[in-house]
Amino acid sequence: MYTETTHDAAHGEHHDHGPAKGLMRWVTTTNHKDIGTLYLWLAFIMLLYGGSMAMIIRLELFQPGLQWVEPHFFNQMTTMHGLVMVFGAIMPAFVGLANWLVPIMIGAPDMALPRMNNWSFWILPFAFTMLASTTFMEGGAPAFGWTFYAPLSTTFAPDTTDFFIFAVHLMGISSVMGAINIIATILNMRAPGMTLMKMPLFVWTWLITAYLLIAVMPVLAGAVTMMLTDRHFGTSFFDAAGGGDPVMFQHIFWFFGHPEVYIMILPAFGIISAIIPTFARKPLFGYSSMVYATASIAILSFMVWAHHMFTTGMPVAGELYFMYATILISVPTGVKVFNWVTTMWKGSMTFETPMLWALGFIVMFTIGGFSGLMLGVAPVDTQYHDTYFVVAHFHYVLVTGALYSIIAAFYYWVPKWTGHMYDEKLGKIHFWWSTIAVNVLFFPQHFVGLAGMPRRIPDYSLQFAEFNMISSIGGFAFGLAQVFFLYIVIKTIKGGEKASAQVWEGATGLEFEHLPSPPPYHSFTEAPPVK
Amino acid sequence: MIFNKLSRRFLVIVTGLASMFSMSAAHAEYALNMTESVTPIGQQLYGLHMLVLWICVVIGVVVFGAMAWSIIYHRKSKGAVAANFHESTTVEIVWTVVPLLILIGIAIPATGTLLDLEDAKTDADITLQVTGIQWKWKYTYVDEDVSFISSLAQSSRDVVSDPTGNENYLLEVDEPVVLPINKKIRFLFHSSDVIHAWWVPELAVKQDSVPGFINDSWATIEKPGIYRGQCAELCGKDHGFMPIVVNAVTEAEYEQWLVSKKEEAAAAAASAEQEWSMKDLLARGETVYQANCSACHGPTGAGIPGAFPAMTGSPVVLGDPAGHIDVVVNGKAGTAMAAFKGQLNDVDIAAVVTYERNALGNSVGDMVQPSAIKNAR
Repeated sequence: MYTETTHDAAHGEHHDHGPAKGLMRWVTTTNHKDIGTLYLWLAFIMLLYGGSMAMIIRLELFQPGLQWVEPHFFNQMTTMHGLVMVFGAIMPAFVGLANWLVPIMIGAPDMALPRMNNWSFWILPFAFTMLASTTFMEGGAPAFGWTFYAPLSTTFAPDTTDFFIFAVHLMGISSVMGAINIIATILNMRAPGMTLMKMPLFVWTWLITAYLLIAVMPVLAGAVTMMLTDRHFGTSFFDAAGGGDPVMFQHIFWFFGHPEVYIMILPAFGIISAIIPTFARKPLFGYSSMVYATASIAILSFMVWAHHMFTTGMPVAGELYFMYATILISVPTGVKVFNWVTTMWKGSMTFETPMLWALGFIVMFTIGGFSGLMLGVAPVDTQYHDTYFVVAHFHYVLVTGALYSIIAAFYYWVPKWTGHMYDEKLGKIHFWWSTIAVNVLFFPQHFVGLAGMPRRIPDYSLQFAEFNMISSIGGFAFGLAQVFFLYIVIKTIKGGEKASAQVWEGATGLEFEHLPSPPPYHSFTEAPPVK
Repeated sequence: MIFNKLSRRFLVIVTGLASMFSMSAAHAEYALNMTESVTPIGQQLYGLHMLVLWICVVIGVVVFGAMAWSIIYHRKSKGAVAANFHESTTVEIVWTVVPLLILIGIAIPATGTLLDLEDAKTDADITLQVTGIQWKWKYTYVDEDVSFISSLAQSSRDVVSDPTGNENYLLEVDEPVVLPINKKIRFLFHSSDVIHAWWVPELAVKQDSVPGFINDSWATIEKPGIYRGQCAELCGKDHGFMPIVVNAVTEAEYEQWLVSKKEEAAAAAASAEQEWSMKDLLARGETVYQANCSACHGPTGAGIPGAFPAMTGSPVVLGDPAGHIDVVVNGKAGTAMAAFKGQLNDVDIAAVVTYERNALGNSVGDMVQPSAIKNAR
């Protein structure tokens, strides 16, 4: 009671004060909604930046021969495209969604550590500026692939690699701080009555993802630090001439890299598990099995890393183990897909834009899952490995998987965030345009990969010409569709039909049941009742 | 000027688009599936690939079928009223156990195939050592004292701006590796710089070549023919330009080829004993430079600023010949500069050093004889 009185006294009558004015609002903000918005805009800018590099890649691959860029620059494009999309677009977008949604889903007033929240965001623009600046330096941007295998990234890399190393360190610090904040918020700030097994799945998946981040980002930091000392301080971690082992780099990288894959997909599972029940007007089927499946996937993700390395010359016992463990992941992943399909079964479905993106996610993510199962079978993987079949696989899970879920989340929650409905017609056009384009873009890459086209090549033999041209046309169309998305986003923020508090007929959860659209700048200053 | 260049590029695109379908009819290049192999192990891999593919197709039909059914029949606009069931332990157990059984069905044949694939050692007839080098392959016939380097053919290098018409563009080399059919060939892979991967789809061999380590793999080729492949692991700037060509021949033809290779080597050794003229050294040096040095240091010696040093005006090139020879022969530790003593013979190194000192904008005026290289080794 005592604190409550002094608080009131300090603020006079305006208990629910709004944001500060001007630019400093965004620089100094500790508000989870502001920081969520900042993360989402950063992710969008990075999506367009990484996307423009993808356009250069597809332009060069439009025809056999070298027409537009030099091989060295092409390698910079594939590398920066991967780094920017993974660390700049997909991961910050999910952190942005967590910032916006976790507090209003669990009935908390804000994130547990708001000042650290500000810092973990504001590190990122500097990290990416530093990374991007290498493009304009002598030696160019990193050109050794986003997986930066040694010794190509150590002994054989230009001096600008040190900027890359420092940028990765900063991204890692930001991610770990963000993850600590999310765990602290979820474990400490749930409204009374919100037991763990009552939390929305998005909160569950993010809780598990945050643990993955804390576990593996330091491993990545270790890998780049070893690179740094190999490059400048005379160590030989990855240099065989000094007694080191280049393959050890791959073990360390993928010990980070494989859980990283699930960092980019578990929150997506949470989003889809929110959207499907709303538009099927039926509760999620198998809530608890969904939680257990997420946890199983997370645990398994630590035990399968070397399936990225079946051609590096591992002992056969290692290959057998990693094959069995890898294909085992399809069991919990399958459980999730079956649960979503059963949620739709005998529902009363409508197909607003978020539902379309969620359905697109399920179908195309599953296609990516199938090719993942094929890649997991070690002996055949020796033929798929490092081909366009792999490129097709991970773009199906990351573009039509992770990115689709993020776009679905935008359409689903933007009326809540802004109080404005997006333009339904434009949203549907965006979906169909993107979905047709993305399949024209990535499906033929399965074929060229199987036929023998290696990945990361700036030029190819004539037998791959037709499918590459088709793929490029799909690529340009998909890129343009996301510029159209930018227009939709701005239009929705500026205005639109007024959204109700519940927004969707079938929507459930604290953010739809207890908050108006848009929610006040400070929401849930008192804990809401939880059923 | 720049407008001209751009409009030409767009013209290329437009004609490319127009010819897309007609061209493909002529080439019939819409290959959809994995390349069928000419080795028994490759055929096993193909079978396994098809098995897993069909399992995925069947599961896909069931899952997407159920989804489509709901989308068509359980929609609000058709008056569907939502049921309220939301859990069933039985169902969850069923769809955990059934996939598990399917996985066991995949794992059993996969295990057998993997054990066969990894057994390169047993009963190998011929051992071929393959060394990845930025950006070419070195082949050493371990029991035969035959060794040579194979790099992208000039006929591909000449047409990078417009390769239409060169059927084997980027898949042709100056010197193919020759192997006999119906013999078990054991490949030993290693690398002299970064990680590469030797991949020939029709032989179903793909294995990383790692600096400091030796990997192996094997193939028994059942059909004579020419099989083409590429490096599969990103290995730097010219990763897309280090093809592999395997010429599979009968055993008699193979023996004959070995003899001719050995004669060639003997002739090369003899020529290293002679004094060479400036003109001959420069002519030979240009060929050697373009094949081995130009990828990094540039065809005109300009290099790539910040990544690879220029030859033109380089202090090493303009300095003492001994220092210049040392860098070429022994490489420069801690950088991308390779040691060429294992790649080029005395004549080639003498020629390329002479060429670098007297061409590419340099004119030191001296010349280096093969005997000097012999002493420097």
